[in-house]
Amino acid sequence: MTSPVGTSCTRAVVGRALAAIALAWSTAAAVAGQPVETIAAAARKVVKVYGAGGVRGLEAYQSGVLVAPEGHVVTVMSTVLDADDIAVVLDDGRRFRATLKGIDPHRELAVLALDGEELPAFVLDDAAPLGVGSRILALSNLFGVAVGDERVSAQHGVIAAFVPLAARRGAYEAPFRGDVYILDCTTNNPGSPGGALVDWQGRLVGVLGKELRSAASGVWLNYALPSAEVARSYREILSGQAIAPPSADARPMAFDPLALGVVLVPDLLDKTPPFVESARPGSAAAQAGLEPDDLLVAVNGRAVASRAAVRQALALVAEGDPVRVAVVRKGVIVECDLGPRPAGAAP
Amino acid sequence: MTCAQPFISSSRMSIGLGALVVGMLQAALPAAEVPAPVLAAERERIAAIERASQTAVAIFAGEAGGGSGVLIRSDGYALTNFHVVQPAGIAMKCGLSDGRMYDAVLVGLDPTGDVALVKLVGRDDFPFAELADSDLVEVGDFCFAAGNPFLLATDLEPSISAGIVSGVHRYQFPAGTILEYSDCLQVDAAINPGNSGGGLFDAAGRLIGVNGRASFEKRGRVNVGVGYAISANQLRNFLGFLKGGRLVDHATLGATVATDEDGRVVVSDILESSDAYRRGLRYDDEIVSLAGRPVRTVNALKNILGTLPAGWRVPVVFRRAGRRMEILVRLEGLHRPTELARLVAAEEAEKQGPPSPGGGPRSAAPPPVVLPDSLKDLYEARNGFTNHRFNLLERDRVAAGIAAASTWATPAAAWVMSGRLETGAPFRIVLSDTRGLIDLPTGTTDVDATGELDADPSPPGSGGLLAALLLWRRLVIAGPEKLGRTSYWGTQPRDPAALDAAGAADLVDVLETAAAAVEARFAVADDGGVIGIELWPAPDADPCDVRLEPRPAGQPGVIEVRHGDALFGRFFIEEFRFEPMARKPAGETS
Repeated sequence: MTSPVGTSCTRAVVGRALAAIALAWSTAAAVAGQPVETIAAAARKVVKVYGAGGVRGLEAYQSGVLVAPEGHVVTVMSTVLDADDIAVVLDDGRRFRATLKGIDPHRELAVLALDGEELPAFVLDDAAPLGVGSRILALSNLFGVAVGDERVSAQHGVIAAFVPLAARRGAYEAPFRGDVYILDCTTNNPGSPGGALVDWQGRLVGVLGKELRSAASGVWLNYALPSAEVARSYREILSGQAIAPPSADARPMAFDPLALGVVLVPDLLDKTPPFVESARPGSAAAQAGLEPDDLLVAVNGRAVASRAAVRQALALVAEGDPVRVAVVRKGVIVECDLGPRPAGAAP
Repeated sequence: MTCAQPFISSSRMSIGLGALVVGMLQAALPAAEVPAPVLAAERERIAAIERASQTAVAIFAGEAGGGSGVLIRSDGYALTNFHVVQPAGIAMKCGLSDGRMYDAVLVGLDPTGDVALVKLVGRDDFPFAELADSDLVEVGDFCFAAGNPFLLATDLEPSISAGIVSGVHRYQFPAGTILEYSDCLQVDAAINPGNSGGGLFDAAGRLIGVNGRASFEKRGRVNVGVGYAISANQLRNFLGFLKGGRLVDHATLGATVATDEDGRVVVSDILESSDAYRRGLRYDDEIVSLAGRPVRTVNALKNILGTLPAGWRVPVVFRRAGRRMEILVRLEGLHRPTELARLVAAEEAEKQGPPSPGGGPRSAAPPPVVLPDSLKDLYEARNGFTNHRFNLLERDRVAAGIAAASTWATPAAAWVMSGRLETGAPFRIVLSDTRGLIDLPTGTTDVDATGELDADPSPPGSGGLLAALLLWRRLVIAGPEKLGRTSYWGTQPRDPAALDAAGAADLVDVLETAAAAVEARFAVADDGGVIGIELWPAPDADPCDVRLEPRPAGQPGVIEVRHGDALFGRFFIEEFRFEPMARKPAGETS
């Protein structure tokens, strides 16, 4: 039982924490001025990148940061860059045709080159990571809302954590496993990847990452690659070292249906059809009425043709979200609710 | 975390420890070390949020949902979104942070801009927010939203979400057929469903916008750090029309633009029937500025246009073959008169669900309006209006101003104005109940004031100066009701040619009348003085455009007359006389 004092103590602590945040804001506001000037100066070094896409939920735009006055732009490696014609639009509206200088498949970064001179650029160095709780600003062309000489969008927030990235895109794990900034700032939006993460002095702290979900919880991640990592990647790309094959770790994520009580026939072939061997007594599968010889054909609306496909489809369901499967039983399609997906089981 | 452990023990023990922990925290964060400016800034912010909270309106539309609003006047006018009031209908219940519910009535709608004006009743001292100059807002400025997200304000206290301004002058394409967000403010303060219609405030608690839209994508309908607010300056431009109970339309230039290969914004198509064409704008002309604001992208042009009401005249600067030209263009409605009403009805039908299974078309008649007693005298339906009752209120307010400012005018007399033109040549104008006459160096013209005025736009080349002045005299003597079919039009810039990028436009009231087979608009200053007349002898013709510069006594001192692109003349009045209206009308030479 919680004592009433405990509640008031908690309240006091929370109150203090809130006061500290409020003070941090007003300190900065009163002493260092509003972030207006910081944003105005830093946004000149952020660019809008346009390339392939515009179909099937793939945007044809993203963001990038200028890191060399002669026109080097660091951005994220993505399908946007799968185009013969990549355009980069500067803060002042100038439009350049960019060439792909190289990619870093490990960190999923790319460097573009423009034919520019004396362009405003961030200093890319191996600075120590910013501490958790530091205030940051995120500058990006989210939702492609800024065009021409319109300034990219600015968002504010706090560095919430500095931890190894454990993320996935679809059923695949993201190759990079190093430390990244997790942000208390909603940067996970279309067009944001490649944008700048800066501190309140306008120094480049990191580059906003691709749209990824947490491998553990399935929630969209707001994160950025730290600038030291970006600097290493930039150097490797320029020196030609970075064109390594994708990491062998980039294998599909999987979730074992056994965690729901579904026992499938042994996986003997490349594409073993997902026939149910049995439903474990007392399990969600048993309660849902799964029977031996049921053939799984869909998991949450996604067609599954093999045991491997079932494991991948289940991995796409976030922990706690309902699992609904369709099975063919004696020639008839039957739908079964297996309840919420439990926490991740080892693949 | 530090205090979680010890509190399993007795409560008395816990009190001691709790106090100790709090004490330690205080020691760790001593108030004395916080710089005074920081504490002052904190106090200011708390005060600003407190003031803004009092102006926040929680709108409840029954089962249809609800949203937020913000009070902008002490007599209960509040702004909100069209899409918030649409399901509510004419009457709604509104809660304020004082814990009370108030009846409110719909006053005006701007469906294209997603804005609605409502009026709360029951008090004449409502707390209200001051509309700021939103063009001064910069990216990075602190801002906060006060509203009713997820309809959480069951105790009527608004929720506050703070953030920074992420972008200014943003353009958001129309959602469906209407609801276009032009020149809006983008914020990272959390804007969630239910925040719609609520105020966006700056650090000082001034109203910089009305929240209405957010980019929702993969997270479902919740905040993703990208919200949009209609700018205060756009709201101000439309406020007069909304207060006049109108169904307000946005503007079009009558021309489309595109970016050419050199990045210039050029006219890609133009309607020959448009005023822009009549004033000389042509295909491939490069647009330099609109309404005093530079145009560098197609978005910029859309942004500026979206903030302007139909019917305003605005300066357009364009370049052709290296020559820079400036024209004053009257903006046309984005929709045809009945089209907007039809679109609104269609949206409503969609909101209310699919047609009946019977398959027949839905009846176009709106459900009967049931008003609480407090609102019975505040609503009148009429085609083309949202609430015609408020048009009468505004018309009468302006009429009272004109009457109060016109004590100089002797009604039962002929008005005789004489003086000189710019050239030094003399002129004389006589206006009476029965006729209007003008003596110019080029000759004398007169018109019969008792009949219709459309046949003879005299004197030649003026577009109808005598008719305009005769109607002005009638308005001043008899008021708008006796003048003809007169309504409150809205507001327009005092001097359209002076519109520029800096600050909010200086707006004056406008009355619109259809009398003696002509149509006219009168611009009326705050002091009740009529400062401008536009008279159309025929609907598609260029109007006679008269500007009246009053003397301190209230009588006109200078009359400037334009027609089309030309200045007809500037009349410097040296003497203003009242003469008895003789049987032989004054001014007739024997």
